[in-house]
Amino acid sequence: MNNLAVDLPGLQLKNPIMPASGCFGFGREYSEFYDLSKLGAIMMKAATGSERFGNATPRVAETASGMLNAIGLQNPGVESIIETEVSYLANYELPIIANIAGSSIEEYEKVAAAFNETDHVHALELNISCPNVKEGGIQFGTDPKMAANVTERVKKASNLPVYVKLSPNVSDIVAMATAVEAAGADGLSMINTLTGMQIHLPSKRPLLANQTGGLSGAAIKPVAIRMIYEVKQQVSIPIIGMGGITTSEDVLEFLLAGASAVAVGTANFQNPFICPELIDALPHTLKKYGFNTVQDAIGKGITV
Amino acid sequence: MKKETMRIKSTKRIALDTVEMVLENNYMSQTAVPGQFLHLLVSGHTLRRPISIADVNKTEHTITILFKMLGSGTHDLASYQVGMTIDALGPSGNGFQLHNDNQSTILLIGGGIGVPPLYYLGKTLAQLDMHIISVLGFQTSKSVFYEEKFRALGETYIVTDDGSYGDQGFVTDVLHSVESFDRYYSCGPVPMLQAVTASLKDKPGYISLEERMGCGVGACFACVIPTDDAGGYKKICKDGPVFDAQEVSL
Repeated sequence: MNNLAVDLPGLQLKNPIMPASGCFGFGREYSEFYDLSKLGAIMMKAATGSERFGNATPRVAETASGMLNAIGLQNPGVESIIETEVSYLANYELPIIANIAGSSIEEYEKVAAAFNETDHVHALELNISCPNVKEGGIQFGTDPKMAANVTERVKKASNLPVYVKLSPNVSDIVAMATAVEAAGADGLSMINTLTGMQIHLPSKRPLLANQTGGLSGAAIKPVAIRMIYEVKQQVSIPIIGMGGITTSEDVLEFLLAGASAVAVGTANFQNPFICPELIDALPHTLKKYGFNTVQDAIGKGITV
Repeated sequence: MKKETMRIKSTKRIALDTVEMVLENNYMSQTAVPGQFLHLLVSGHTLRRPISIADVNKTEHTITILFKMLGSGTHDLASYQVGMTIDALGPSGNGFQLHNDNQSTILLIGGGIGVPPLYYLGKTLAQLDMHIISVLGFQTSKSVFYEEKFRALGETYIVTDDGSYGDQGFVTDVLHSVESFDRYYSCGPVPMLQAVTASLKDKPGYISLEERMGCGVGACFACVIPTDDAGGYKKICKDGPVFDAQEVSL
């Protein structure tokens, strides 16, 4: 038996490691470094109903142990993604999770329905937590009623399992999680980036053209761990955890907090081989801390 | 492009806040072409730093980079000592179109820390028997570097913003005094590139762009530049950093 395997709604993962949405494009660039079939799954860059250019540059800024980004959901639109990117990824042995975004519930429904028509997408990640677009995204992610409403409508628009990606920019993360679970979510992915800002001293202005951006990287890991730990105790749907993972010890920490699988984002920028390296290192780390399988470790850090 | 370990063979300050570093690696030195860059991981930093390739020595297996100490990453990189190693992705991006029209006259226009990639380009074009004319702009006399190296390639004009070395003014002030040329290549700050491409709009030319980058491999969409007003774009790290002068909207 494969001791890294995890079964989640719609996703038979041979290992619990996948690249996070927005940090890996549609996989093409990283396929020049390694065989994507090695990954547990892939979370594609967000798709919207039609093409989006995104924000002005600069779009990224380094921070202490992390970075800010304000890309603004740049993507070629769902139809183009299905035609060129999903068909490309279908050549690999890995489940495809399509991240869907929109500025209205109707747009979310349209994108969900389009992915439902393809044979190669295994699950949807409902992005209600992008902090970098003016309309949509995070407005659905900070109000439990709106989050539940968009979850319910997207569930009706497609037959695919829906993982709702939660924003950490809320005071009560459990309320968000339980609201989308009640609305039919099949799983959660958490956390998205934390809203932040950096002032550029020479110009005395916000460095990012969008002014604010989403903070990611090692700096946010404790926030992610805390939120997963709190949410895991109140929901029965599985959690895909993310936020600052750079080592196999970090992966185990997320599993212990209650994640059933993890996504790796910013660390791909430092090391394009990070995902396969974590997959290779994980069995030893599990063993070192007394676990035989990934499944054994999930939620074992919860002490209450 | 590969992820390689490069060993620092030498490092020295060659001008105000400007460091020249020679890095040893077989793969990088044998495959790099003029205009490409290295995406360097500086210890303690989340994001790699894109640094253009200033020179290549295939026999010695070395690549020379020049960078200005502007922020914390380049300050930390400047503290690296001979014998230490740097994790590099590269050679990255698409370099300059060289063309094989030998005997043609080439104008190189560089500003500040945009000058380095033009050196390996000029050296390569000179070896293809092209005539090289260089116009290089710097902030002040202490910022000037590689003047002798460019003079060895051909006629070279130096300007400084404050007039403390060479002529006072901008590179565009000198362009009218340059005899006829066939093609230009330029790298420097965006306002300079805007002025250069505007004043040379009837000439074929190539520009190399700088931007804050994320992944450096084309996946994250951090360093895009519009190509038109209809949503067209290019990725600077993967489609560039070199573009046809008319291809992108500066």
